[in-house]
Amino acid sequence: MAGLSSREAGNEAAEPASYRAGIENRVLRLEAAGNWSIVHLNKVDGELRRLVASPGEANRAVIGLSAVSRFDTAAAAIISRTAARLEEQGLRVEFEGVSEAQHLLLDKVGSLGEPEPVRRPPVPAYLQILGKIGETLLAMAAEARAMLGFVGAVIVTVGRTIANPRRFRLVPFVHHMEKSGFDALPLVCLLTFLIGAVVAQQGAVQLRQFGAEVFTVNLIAIIFLREVGLLLTAIIVAGRSGSAFTAEIGSMKMREEIDAMRTLGLDPMDMLILPRVAALTVTLPLLTFIADVMGLVGGGLVVFFMLDMSPGVYITRVQEAVGFWTFGVGLVKAPFMAAVIALVGCRAGLAVTGSAESVGAMTTSSVVRSIFLVIILDALFAMFFTAVDI
Amino acid sequence: MSTSRKGEPIIEVEGLDTRFGDNVVHENLDLTVKRGEIIGIVGGSGTGKSVLLRTILGLKRPDAGRIRVFGLDFSTLPEAERRLNEQRWGVLFQDGALFSALTVAENIQVPYREHLDLSQELMDELAAVKIAMAGLRPTAGTLYPSELSGGMRKRAGLARALALDPEILFLDEPTAGLDPIGAAAFDELINDLKETLGLTVFLVTHDLDTLHATCDRIAVLAEKHVILVGTIDDMLRSSHPWIHEYFHGPRARAALAGK
Repeated sequence: MAGLSSREAGNEAAEPASYRAGIENRVLRLEAAGNWSIVHLNKVDGELRRLVASPGEANRAVIGLSAVSRFDTAAAAIISRTAARLEEQGLRVEFEGVSEAQHLLLDKVGSLGEPEPVRRPPVPAYLQILGKIGETLLAMAAEARAMLGFVGAVIVTVGRTIANPRRFRLVPFVHHMEKSGFDALPLVCLLTFLIGAVVAQQGAVQLRQFGAEVFTVNLIAIIFLREVGLLLTAIIVAGRSGSAFTAEIGSMKMREEIDAMRTLGLDPMDMLILPRVAALTVTLPLLTFIADVMGLVGGGLVVFFMLDMSPGVYITRVQEAVGFWTFGVGLVKAPFMAAVIALVGCRAGLAVTGSAESVGAMTTSSVVRSIFLVIILDALFAMFFTAVDI
Repeated sequence: MSTSRKGEPIIEVEGLDTRFGDNVVHENLDLTVKRGEIIGIVGGSGTGKSVLLRTILGLKRPDAGRIRVFGLDFSTLPEAERRLNEQRWGVLFQDGALFSALTVAENIQVPYREHLDLSQELMDELAAVKIAMAGLRPTAGTLYPSELSGGMRKRAGLARALALDPEILFLDEPTAGLDPIGAAAFDELINDLKETLGLTVFLVTHDLDTLHATCDRIAVLAEKHVILVGTIDDMLRSSHPWIHEYFHGPRARAALAGK
């Protein structure tokens, strides 16, 4: 609080706010003095509250302001409240030595009436928790419904486009293939290569204990072709492209561009959603294929250095380890995952409401949701393929 | 405010240059604002009205020239003293610039919590007073900014700007986006606050009605500096083509006719 005095620097001497109170002949005299500005008023305020609570014998009160050097809104609010409380206690309140400026302020603050409570009454904790659970459940149900409706609308659009292929927007389709497929290549390649190498290295160390290090090849081949290649790619794409879809469509929604499209007779489903969904459905299997290859290359490199296995032998052993369906299973899943990522991303974009915060919130939730759904879907596929014995 | 004389200079801008890259916004701009007046800053789009406001507030560094507020050059003040003196002004940004995570009342209480040591009871009471002063309905204190209309956000922003009883109030386009009734009420509110609180008001606006209704003086920004400062009558008499166009155009005539 050291600097408080210089807040009034250049104004008057800053002796803090004070008051004297005394009762004479059943008259309560309050003489305020000093600098009644907000920085000095906390203590005075507390004292005044206590004083007014029990004004004693008095039946009349006189509030004098002539010795006050500075008087701001906060002071007016406190004086005004003090006067009101005293009147409630049955006292007649008079003012003395009120300057013109003080008069104006007191009148203004007085005319505003009793201050209303500015915070909501607290809700008990158990009700808050219950409310939160209920809200979340309702929101989930509403979201599931909306998502179902959206998927339906996309299917209808796909049907219409098949019936009338000229509706299909080729340019945005290719553009999104480039953005979410081709541009993702370096990242996907690097990450799958590294994971392939790490899996091979860890596998070789463990399998060596049984003298079975040659099976490292089977480990890499099966794990990559069947699961990791696709999952890793899908998660990267969900983070890269799913979020981009939400952010792009969301900011268009926020700036009313989507409404503008509709008024111009353009269907956002045709213009925005379908090209993105189609592009991702085509590119994710391609990316997965490359991811599989890069994983095998990474694994092969480690095998070459750790187990002295030549590339020729490595390739032969890979061919022996996996049948077509090990590879096929991974690739069959890819378009479904792509569709899930694209649909969730686009739907979240369309769910954006007016504000910029909502774009951020929807982008986060779109990534979280699509990664969650990708993993759930993978588990369902695993159950399915086990059932059909592939 | 009692001993500070009305009419003494409170904001002095001398030889101000502002540039964004090669784009020169202000060149050798001079402006003096007197204590207790409402000064309106007008100018075409892109003449740097808001930039001037931001430069005076220290949000943008001037490329040349000197700015003194309360007789102090903020750019050379020590950090602690600068912070302290920044509490002597209040700013209303165009869309209120309320903190979205806080309710209106909490927004108003931010400077109290940050700079003062007040009881929660007193803070709540003062927030309610400021809410009422800014012309918001009493229940607005518990609402979040996203639950407010544009006009209410401006009033809430004003309430926060008034939290510490500032000496200068900076308003950036306060009536933009308000309906005519809301805008007229806002003009009245500004006049009223100036009278009761003894405020100096620095008002950037496009609104001719606001200029007529509130401003003691008007400063016209054009050709990279202030080309004319004066009352509305001075503006009407000026022969400068832009000023003539601005104050004699069809909208200006309509605004004048309403007087």
